Amino acid sequence: MSNNTKFQDFLGGMRAISPLIAAVIPIGLVFGAVAATKGLSPAEAGLMSALVFAGGSQFVAMDIWIHPASWTGVGFAALLVNIRHVLMSASLGTRMGGFSAPARYLSMLFLADEIWAMAEFRAKVARLTPAWFAGLVAPFYLAWVFSGLAGAALGAFLGDPVVLGLDFAFPAVFIVLVMGFWKGPETGAVLLASGAAAVATLHFVPGVWYIAAGAVAGLAAAMVTGKERDAEVMP
Amino acid sequence: MTVDIAALVAILAMAAATVLTRLSGLVLIRHVSLEGSRRKAIESIPPAVLMAVVAPTAFATGIAETLACAVTAFAALRLPMLVSVALGVACVAILRALGL
Repeated sequence: MSNNTKFQDFLGGMRAISPLIAAVIPIGLVFGAVAATKGLSPAEAGLMSALVFAGGSQFVAMDIWIHPASWTGVGFAALLVNIRHVLMSASLGTRMGGFSAPARYLSMLFLADEIWAMAEFRAKVARLTPAWFAGLVAPFYLAWVFSGLAGAALGAFLGDPVVLGLDFAFPAVFIVLVMGFWKGPETGAVLLASGAAAVATLHFVPGVWYIAAGAVAGLAAAMVTGKERDAEVMP
Repeated sequence: MTVDIAALVAILAMAAATVLTRLSGLVLIRHVSLEGSRRKAIESIPPAVLMAVVAPTAFATGIAETLACAVTAFAALRLPMLVSVALGVACVAILRALGL
């Protein structure tokens, strides 16, 4: 691939992620502000955003943050919140035919819900390339780290994002993407199983087990409907 | 700009956990063959995970959130992503301001 095509691909990735950048900056500011109220310095908040780069687990960590920090508590919480990454990385890995092995592992270190969702969406319509993926990652990563730093430095000067409805931006993006993955009744079965299991788990089990429970239930539903279809085909 | 040692260790533990989850899927698919119904199952992962993440907001947070989710989903059938998301955010802000 020529350098010019690579650059075009990189720009294409940046274009695809741009609406999500607008949505992630307020969330990053809020993360930094929350971290500041928990006694983290801007350097610590920025370091966490840069090294962990997983919003959900960072907010959970702030929820359970104590002094001095407990690495077992936040480490296990991060594992639990991000266990969905295992499924996401397995799924996206099958779309990375155009990546060298090192590029595949390096790219996967930047796996985040938003980046993953845009990449999966891209893979449905075109071949996913490393340059396009880098176009997703670079601006999103920088926006997340710097908004976290800024939030920690500005602290309580920021308004309440809940009043503005900005906390709803990410669920809204995910809903739009879910609608895009619709392929017929079997998708309906997956969504129903996943949604029901997630809500039931949320009700009965404290913490963030609901994400793993919903994902596994959806997967199980896909396997059951898949088997039925195979049985119909074979006499 | 200070970094406490306990905080640094905690951050590194979180980073290690996320690296583990991010890479293990890639390792997994190297050792498991992906044919037929397994392939189908892999293809169902994106909607299954996304649904699990939004389910609490959609069904178990409040009337404002549930209605805004419905508006967003309906808008997504016809409108571009950014417009649908903006409608959803505006909808939830208005409904919350009304006290729902």
